[in-house]
Amino acid sequence: MLSEQERREIEAHARHYPNNRAVCIEALKIVQQHRGWVSNEGIADVAEALQMKPAELESVATFYNMIFRKPVGKHVILLCDSVSCWIMGYERLRQHLGDKLGIRPGQTTADGRFTLLPNVCLGACDHAPVMMVDDAYYQDLDPARVDEILASYQQEEEKSTDGNAADS
Amino acid sequence: METPLTHNISPGKEPPDLAQYEKAGGYAALRKALSMSPAEVQAAVKESNLRGRGGAGFPTAQKWSFVPMGDDAPRPKYLVCNADEMEPGTFKDRMLLEGDPHQLIEGIIVSAYAIQADVAYVFLRWAYKLAARRMEESIAEAYRHGYLGKNILGSAYSLGMHLHVSAGRYMCGEETALLNALEGKRANPRTKPPYPQVSGLWGKPTIVNNVETLCNIPHIVKRGAEWFKSLSRSDDGGTKLYGVSGRVKNPGLWELPMGTSMREILEEHAGGMCDGYQFRGLLPGGASTDFVTAEHLDLAMDFDSMKKADSRLGTGTMIVLDDKTCPVGMLLNLEHFFAQESCGWCTPCWSGLSWIEQILQDMEEGRGRASDLEVLESHTRLLGPGHTFCALAPGAAEPLQSGLKYFRDDFERHIHEKRCPWSPT
Repeated sequence: MLSEQERREIEAHARHYPNNRAVCIEALKIVQQHRGWVSNEGIADVAEALQMKPAELESVATFYNMIFRKPVGKHVILLCDSVSCWIMGYERLRQHLGDKLGIRPGQTTADGRFTLLPNVCLGACDHAPVMMVDDAYYQDLDPARVDEILASYQQEEEKSTDGNAADS
Repeated sequence: METPLTHNISPGKEPPDLAQYEKAGGYAALRKALSMSPAEVQAAVKESNLRGRGGAGFPTAQKWSFVPMGDDAPRPKYLVCNADEMEPGTFKDRMLLEGDPHQLIEGIIVSAYAIQADVAYVFLRWAYKLAARRMEESIAEAYRHGYLGKNILGSAYSLGMHLHVSAGRYMCGEETALLNALEGKRANPRTKPPYPQVSGLWGKPTIVNNVETLCNIPHIVKRGAEWFKSLSRSDDGGTKLYGVSGRVKNPGLWELPMGTSMREILEEHAGGMCDGYQFRGLLPGGASTDFVTAEHLDLAMDFDSMKKADSRLGTGTMIVLDDKTCPVGMLLNLEHFFAQESCGWCTPCWSGLSWIEQILQDMEEGRGRASDLEVLESHTRLLGPGHTFCALAPGAAEPLQSGLKYFRDDFERHIHEKRCPWSPT
């Protein structure tokens, strides 16, 4: 079942459209934001709320690449693989990220921290090569800069773990 | 040189808020438009020779002219701002969205007034998080100050505006696919006719315009068609956001007179090639435009001049190919993109593009055959205009057909040497 929060957020967006169906993509994004990804249960919950058939909603969910139908890590790395970034060194970065994280594109690290996904042009081509980690852009990348960025996410988590320990 | 579109924009800084935008002359065009009839606004835009900045270059006022007007027109009518910038190598609308959201909002309201639209949607790509936040805040601000909602500035005209943040896929940039996405469906293209102007969103009259196109509208209304035409070095009115990426000294984005030459953009603004790299060619307006080479660089970057090089202005953001980058590898990257992003709706596209990708992959890995070039050439015709529902496959054919023409020797070397000559091994 949708949580009260999820339901409220979906209803706020539904007001922008003349029918319920039109809000389904936004609803999938809302469920994903709260649950990390869209499971079969998530599909069933949204379908029920919008009075759609689950299979119909599934056909929409699988079309859009930013709806995750499989679990992802705590942070999602979107590495731009389009033409300007390719010219400026995408393949070297993909290799480096893969080696560093011990995963291939499409996989999640064993500790569940990072998922690596190649992605189409991120619209920052004058600063190629580019990647996003969750909502943040990182530009003019090289392997050394990538290492710094990965380390910063690791440190941030260690800090927040310490904080939690102090609270308890 | 005047730069109306980027006048208020300081990259890296906060955009002007509503008060600052008003102080800089903002929303004066809306006040003026509301004192004119919708037909007069359309006439001003027609007179300006504004052509669509999304890539196709269709005259904006002509697009609008097909919308049914008057009391008998079907309602509600819609205006959709296409902010789904996803053409590889293109990063121009992002600057306008992040840098001056009220300019875009004013452009949408004035354009919506011209076609008497009741509701406007901004269809924004998911990756532009900063733009999403700023657009959302600015739309709310515009509502609070009476620029949106019922009886705008005390007039009889009312307009609602909503932000729709997409969930991905290049296909959504195609206007009929975008309409399906807004309706909560898979973003497959629709058959035309009927055209969206007559039967678009939920079957109602709908106009889809690009961000940069809409941002020009307030300036045209405020300062007139003659002024707008005087900004340009060509018959197409206005300025243009031109960009350059690749191995150049100073990649970036600049607002310049429409019709500035490729050489001037490349050499004066982008600073020429990086040391140690030679120019081989460029895609002038994103991934789905034909290559041009050194002999074409003095052509003006406008819609008609680029046809002389058998190419297109497209989005006006160039991607430069240097001598240390394999042209076949670059085409493999491009065709992989198009094959992946094909929505699968029509067979020539999904089947043909993956076939092309496989041939190029084989060539790069030393398995190229002499007959491959003929197969690739036949695909550029079979995927051309008229064989598919939308422009994705014809767009994919453009860099391939020109690549085969200009870089033929490079293809042949891959086949004869049974390897990629640029590969280190």
